[in-house]
Order: sequence, then C-alpha cells, then structure tokens
Amino acid sequence: MDIFFWPVTELLVWGFLSRYLEGTGLGGVNVVTVLLGALIFWDLLSQSQRAVSVVFLEEVWERNLLNIFVTPLKISEFLVSTVLIGLARIMLVGVVITIMAFFLYQFNIFQLGFALIPFVVNLLLFGWAIGLFATAIILRFGSAAQVLAFGLTFLLQPFSAVFYPVSALPQMAQYIAYLLPSTHVFEGMRQVINTGVFSWQQLGWTIIANVVFISLILWFFYSMFANVKEQGRLMKLD
Amino acid sequence: MTKKKAVIEVKDLTKKFGGFTAVDKISFSVFSGEIVGFLGPNGAGKTTTIQMLLDLVTPTSGMVRMFGKDMKKAREEILNRVNFSSAYVAMPYNLKVWENLATFGRLYGVGNLKQKIKELADFFEITDLLPKMTGSLSSGQATRVNLAKALINDPELLLLDEPTASLDPDVADKTRKLLLQIQKEKGVTVLYTSHNMVEVEEICNRVVFINKGKITDTGTPGELVKKYGHKDLNDVFLTIVRGGEN
Ligand SMILES: Nc1ncnc2c1ncn2[C@@H]1O[C@H](COP(=O)(O)OP(=O)(O)OP(=O)(O)O)[C@@H](O)[C@H]1O
Ligand SMILES: [Mg+2]
Repeated sequence: MDIFFWPVTELLVWGFLSRYLEGTGLGGVNVVTVLLGALIFWDLLSQSQRAVSVVFLEEVWERNLLNIFVTPLKISEFLVSTVLIGLARIMLVGVVITIMAFFLYQFNIFQLGFALIPFVVNLLLFGWAIGLFATAIILRFGSAAQVLAFGLTFLLQPFSAVFYPVSALPQMAQYIAYLLPSTHVFEGMRQVINTGVFSWQQLGWTIIANVVFISLILWFFYSMFANVKEQGRLMKLD
Repeated sequence: MTKKKAVIEVKDLTKKFGGFTAVDKISFSVFSGEIVGFLGPNGAGKTTTIQMLLDLVTPTSGMVRMFGKDMKKAREEILNRVNFSSAYVAMPYNLKVWENLATFGRLYGVGNLKQKIKELADFFEITDLLPKMTGSLSSGQATRVNLAKALINDPELLLLDEPTASLDPDVADKTRKLLLQIQKEKGVTVLYTSHNMVEVEEICNRVVFINKGKITDTGTPGELVKKYGHKDLNDVFLTIVRGGEN
C-alpha cells in the first residue's frame, strides 16, 4: 500500500496545481511567493503531525510505554509534552527551511507579514490533532499502522488547497476541503498575498473547524485509550 | 503478630477478554512490609492481575484498593508510592543509562536526584554502566537498571513481574538479598511473580497460588509444604497445577 501512497498523492497535488497555473496564464510575480509560502506552511503542518506520532511510536518501539504509564504522569500531561516536543522540532525545521528559501529563492517568509501568525498557530494545532489521531490508531493497531505516523497529512494535502485554490478541485472534493481547518488557512494565506487584505472570515472558519476537529480527535484518542486498557493491549503493543 | 495494614486489597477481581475469563473473582490482600510471591503456571493470570493493580488493564468487575484508596479516584497519588519492574519492559535504548534514570526520577518528582542515582548505582553495581547507552546493555545489566528505576521514587510498594528472569545466579542472588534488605530497612512491601520456587522459598513471607484465573491456595511456603506433605515448594507447585495427580 505505502509504495503507492506518495506517488499518487503527489500526482494529485501537482496535477491540480498545473490546472490552476494554466488558468492563470502563469503571469504574476506572486507565483513564487504563493508556492513557497504554501510549501513552508505545509511543512509546518506535517512536522507538527509527525512530531506527535513519532514521539509516541518511539515509546512503542522501545517497549517503554508501561514504564511511562505506571508513573503518576497523567495522559493529559503526556499529550501536552508531545505538543512541546513537537514545537521544539518545528522551530528547528522552520528555521532551516526559512533560511534555505531565502538563499535559494530570495524568498522572505516575513514579507507575508505577521498577520499570518494566527494562521500558523492554527496550522500547528491542526497538525498536532492529526498526529494525535495517528497515535490513537497506532495505540489500537500497533506499529503496523506506523505508515500513518509518517504520511497521514499527505492524504489531506490534496483537499487542503495548499498549492491551488479550492475552486480548482472537483465539486465533491470541495465539500471535503471546506471542512478542513488547513484549507481555510491556505485560502486565507493566498488572500493576504494576492490582495494584501487579512481575511477575518477565513480565520474564523479555521478556528471553528479546528475546535471541532480537536474535540473529536481528543474524544477519539481517549476512547481508544480506554479500549486498549479494556482489551489488555497496552502491554502487548509492538 | 499485630494486625498489619493492608497495602493491596483485591476483592472479586475479574478480567474477561471477550468470552475468556483470564482472572476469575480473585480476592487477596497484601500487608505492609510483606514479600508475597504470586505464583502459578503460564497463562494463570498473574501478569493480568498485576496490570490491573497498576491501572494498565481495566478490570471487568471487582475492587482494587491500594493504601486504602481507590485507584479510580487516587491514581496519581497511588502511582507515586508504587513502582513496577518486569524483565519484559524496556527503557529507551537511545538514551544513556543515567539519562533514563534521571528522566524517570523527574516523572516521579524525586528530589536530590543525583544523590539518589548514585546510591542506586552503587547498590546495583551499575556505576560503570551509567554513561553507556541503554540499548547496549546485556539483558542481565538491563534488568539491574530496571530494578534501579523501580526504586528511584523510594516506593512503598513494588510490583515485580518476573524480575529475576534472565539474571545470572550471582545477580539473581544479589537481587533477592536486595529485596530482603529493602524490606528490612525501608519496610517496602513487595508482590512479585516468579517461576523459580527456590527463590520464592528463600524470600517470600507468603505465597498466593493462582491457576486458570482462580486463587487455589495461600500461606507461608512452610505451611504449604507441610499441608501438601511435600519436601519443597516446587512439588507443591506441581501438585496444585496438576490437580494432585503427580
Ligand atoms: N490482551 C489479552 N487479550 C486476550 N487474552 C489475554 C490477554 N492478555 C492475557 N490474555 C490471556 O489471559 C491468560 C492469562 O495471561 P497472563 O499473561 O496474565 O498469564 P501469566 O500468569 O502472567 O503467565 P506467564 O507465567 O506465562 O507470564 C492467558 O490465557 C492469556 O492468553
Ligand atoms: Mg506473566
């Protein structure tokens, strides 16, 4: 399965992208800004997701979960710690990527303006939530499900309108797209770049979608955790 | 003997996995300062019971109280006073031994951690292992490190699932001496599983036998040997497990 995973999703993404570029006639100076901005933002999201899932997977690989869960540490504290570790990793990756983009393409992410910060924060939170979702699945199915830890965000990428506007998607896909917080982040980002106007509306949708997603995923995680304790699988995870 | 405080109270504890009953309405207590052997054949339900005590497995029904408190209501408080070790649980292999001990020390909120690690390292003769990668240890060395971890928070209760599996006779002997020593000096209560009856006879004040999820007998090793008219606990084990047919 996983060998098709990357090629297919990449194909989708770049396919829609070219359609978009054809339509616009490829003119504007903004193309580089839009693409690189999108690329960096997307990377933040997937780093945020991966950090959470991999932290957890490492504990499974190391057969260390029982040691952790017999300490007085609460599950909520464990989750907060994954957020913090995720943030630390993102800082590192973010710095490197920003510097590379600047030197390779003379792309300065700060030109996008600090108005984008609320979008970035939401993107990180959404990445964390997806990471938590992957973690819940790994908790339930063991590291056989680890492909999710590394690639779950790529399933969402085609729907998140990262490199092209939602309008470039087929009708059905548009419905899914509008449910995702990430879509509103990228729509909002393009709007800032293209018109210079900060979209409170997109930010509003981002926050609403995020709250809904995070609540659902937290609920999912906790019920998976309870289920795994019920089935006695915590000690048998591998 | 004065009546001692129960550290663990288990009543009608049951665990079903689907239609299979792994632990079947067991009741027992472990009293302060005791070393209790939890014995039974493979698949008897020992590990499942210990994991229920630690809130790693949710019981189907029944009651568990530790230090007189309900695990559901006082999880963090109870776990702070307990520790666990098993030959089948490992620690992150890409951390140095001292980093692992320090991390667990912090998770338990241990004060004066440096001193504590030094003491434990002296005790388990792992001082020269501290700067090594945990993943590079032999299984016996890893077991010693696991035991050091299990004592990092000065637990009042130790739950040990086959702690001496994979230890050489020398280290296994030292571990037994150590358990007796912490019992004597610190009044630590220990519940542990082992398949080594000689070891159990040497250090346990009392044993609880479990077979097919049910408690079949309990008493001091001496009492049981006498009761079954055997020469040692090993034969008692065989009789209980085989239903007296040997
Ligand atoms: N998560 C689980 N799902 C289904 N059955 C389980 C699960 N965990 C344990 N069992 C079953 O419950 C029974 C008791 O298992 P347990 O691990 O508690 O035995 P044990 O007494 O520790 O044995 P051993 O001496 O081999 O370690 C076994 O028959 C086992 O197959
Ligand atoms: Mg066992």
